[in-house]
Amino acid sequence: MKKFISLILACVMLLSLVAGCGSKTPGTDDNKNTTIKVAVVENGFTKTYPAMWDEITAAFEAETGIKVELQHSQNLEDEIGPAMQNGEYPDVIYLPEGRPSGLTEQFIKGNLMADISAVLDMKIPGEEAKVSDKIQPAFLETSKTMPYGDGKTYMMPMHYDPCGLFYNAGLLKAHGWELPTTWDEMWELGEKAKAEGISLFTYPTTGYFDAFLYALTYAVGGPEFFDKVTHYEDVWDTAEAKTLFGILDKLASYTNPVTPAQANDQDFTQNQQLVLDNKAIFMPNGTWVTGEMADAPRADGFEWGMTAIPAVTEGGDAYSFCWFQQAWIPAGAANVDAGEQFIAFLYSDKAADIFAKGGAIQPINGMVDKLEGEKKMFFSIYDDAKPAMGGFATYEAVAGLGTPREVFLDPMNALVSGNITMDDYINGIKTAAADMHANLK
Amino acid sequence: MKKHKGRNRFIALCVTPAVILFTIFMIIPTLNVFRMSLFERGAYSPTEKFVGLNNFKILFQDAKFISAMQNTILLIVVVTIVTFAFALVFAGILTREKIKGQNFFRIIFYIPNILSVVVIAGIFSAIYKPENGMLNSILSMISGETVMMLWKDQPLVVISVIIAMVWQAIGYYMVMYMASMASVPQALYESAGLDGAGRISQFFQITIPLIWTNIRTTLTFFIISTINMAFLFVKAMVAKGMLEVGLSFMYNQKDAGLYGYSMAAGVVIFLFSFLLSAMVNKVTYREPLEF
Repeated sequence: MKKFISLILACVMLLSLVAGCGSKTPGTDDNKNTTIKVAVVENGFTKTYPAMWDEITAAFEAETGIKVELQHSQNLEDEIGPAMQNGEYPDVIYLPEGRPSGLTEQFIKGNLMADISAVLDMKIPGEEAKVSDKIQPAFLETSKTMPYGDGKTYMMPMHYDPCGLFYNAGLLKAHGWELPTTWDEMWELGEKAKAEGISLFTYPTTGYFDAFLYALTYAVGGPEFFDKVTHYEDVWDTAEAKTLFGILDKLASYTNPVTPAQANDQDFTQNQQLVLDNKAIFMPNGTWVTGEMADAPRADGFEWGMTAIPAVTEGGDAYSFCWFQQAWIPAGAANVDAGEQFIAFLYSDKAADIFAKGGAIQPINGMVDKLEGEKKMFFSIYDDAKPAMGGFATYEAVAGLGTPREVFLDPMNALVSGNITMDDYINGIKTAAADMHANLK
Repeated sequence: MKKHKGRNRFIALCVTPAVILFTIFMIIPTLNVFRMSLFERGAYSPTEKFVGLNNFKILFQDAKFISAMQNTILLIVVVTIVTFAFALVFAGILTREKIKGQNFFRIIFYIPNILSVVVIAGIFSAIYKPENGMLNSILSMISGETVMMLWKDQPLVVISVIIAMVWQAIGYYMVMYMASMASVPQALYESAGLDGAGRISQFFQITIPLIWTNIRTTLTFFIISTINMAFLFVKAMVAKGMLEVGLSFMYNQKDAGLYGYSMAAGVVIFLFSFLLSAMVNKVTYREPLEF
């Protein structure tokens, strides 16, 4: 009996050895055995259409046979962060810059992203076209995809959205006020509104100033000036800079005084409410605001309007910042190749249509023509205004050096409430920008 | 003898899990904080560079860190004094005086303590709202004209945070003091009353000295918890960059990709809270009174 049992055990051992060998022989189809981990952040788009990413991954699996493990969360950083500190990286991450915890920025600073320039030349799975044939070229030329300015692409542009000034079109109509197209007209409107007890301007939090400041910088001095400002060059005493700071200073004086007290993550909707209540006319925001405030009470005859950042001089260019999400691959990812295929697939017609169900628009040629309703109104902003793209350049992490937000945006609160003067603001920028410039990557 | 050995083994067995967990989750991470403060690294980068005490050198010259620590100290001092004064007085009233609905008040005072900071931030954002918020409405009613105080803007924002923190903490400490006050023998008050001591002198001459040990212990607790709570309240209530405390400074540095630097700030705050607790403990030492 004992012998019999040991014989069986030996057989089992042998079998398991053979089985072990079997699984090691490479499969004929590589894709069948590959599983990639995709981590996406939940945002306004997924809120509108929660099944979005599940459908995308299902379509990708059907097309290529590569399996996808999808992880999605509103606080994606908290969920993938600890594992990444341990060296376990997702293969594809969909997370833009500009989030409070700055995870994407830290990967740029640390040179921790994989070079995915190859994606541009890849054929989109299931289609004949190359990725670079479909993406609008302007989206591939900024520091948001080529953070080191060396011609190599590290992040792919995803779902884009125009940012601009949102206002109550009904209010302007009721008073017979024209929509300002230059800043001089803006100040005239400010005076007229003041007489009626309405403030010209408000903002949700200082974080919303980034898109505003970028577009304003373009409007003041064009792409060249923007490039200098975002690379922290010493331009702070030039005529353009003076115009820029002058506009900010004047704008602060026209801002609804309660704004800074509510410009925090808890109360920012109260500032947005100021526009709905006709207590302020303009606020910088993104297209999600209409959904965010959908259930909020509003003044009679309220009607959303959106306009670009006005030109500085008559006949000058108006700009609207074009904000987009970013998808990238960490350098430490296990399946870079499969990850690249996944990213390429995100630009297929199939994927673009699924994204569009949630209002997420891929920067693909001809996509805007398919839009309808409110969305069409928002995107038509580029009929008259030029798109502004890009952002502050990355610099080495140096102790004691603040973030661009701390230096360029946050002081707006103190400026509006009168705790600092414009000169303090400018001096802060000068000191910090010199250090930032010296540490540019 | 043998029994003794068995008992020791039992104690060791009971203590082991706690010691292991404490080592893994408290001691090792704390040591790690000290180690990482000597390096320069990003949160996600696998490489690190040894920089010695350089992080600390920069830290003590960083105006933002210094003002953050000043705010921390301000909050600790003011919140502690106000909270303890209120908690003691309320506890004294609720134990010594005959008031209708004592238990009701006890529960009411305690409720803020079980609310999460986010909820408290929500409540106070309704109170501090500039237009038709509770506080401004009451002030308008009293003064007869529209008051538009910007509670969550500079310079009032510190006061607003202090009020919220005091409101949150009073109940917990009040209940603690009520428990120890209840054990003070009634006879002491009666004889003091016969000797002509009023309510107030009874409170200072009898109640406070007899619960002093309790006050000392809670004081140490409170200082450490205030350092943490100040961070939570600032994070939940205040606009970014308007009011920084020590721990929020530490977090900002981490988000800026300066992991080593933020750990250096962590070390300083750790040592600061340790020293402060030790000092408070030393200063408040009195011979324990027996009753």
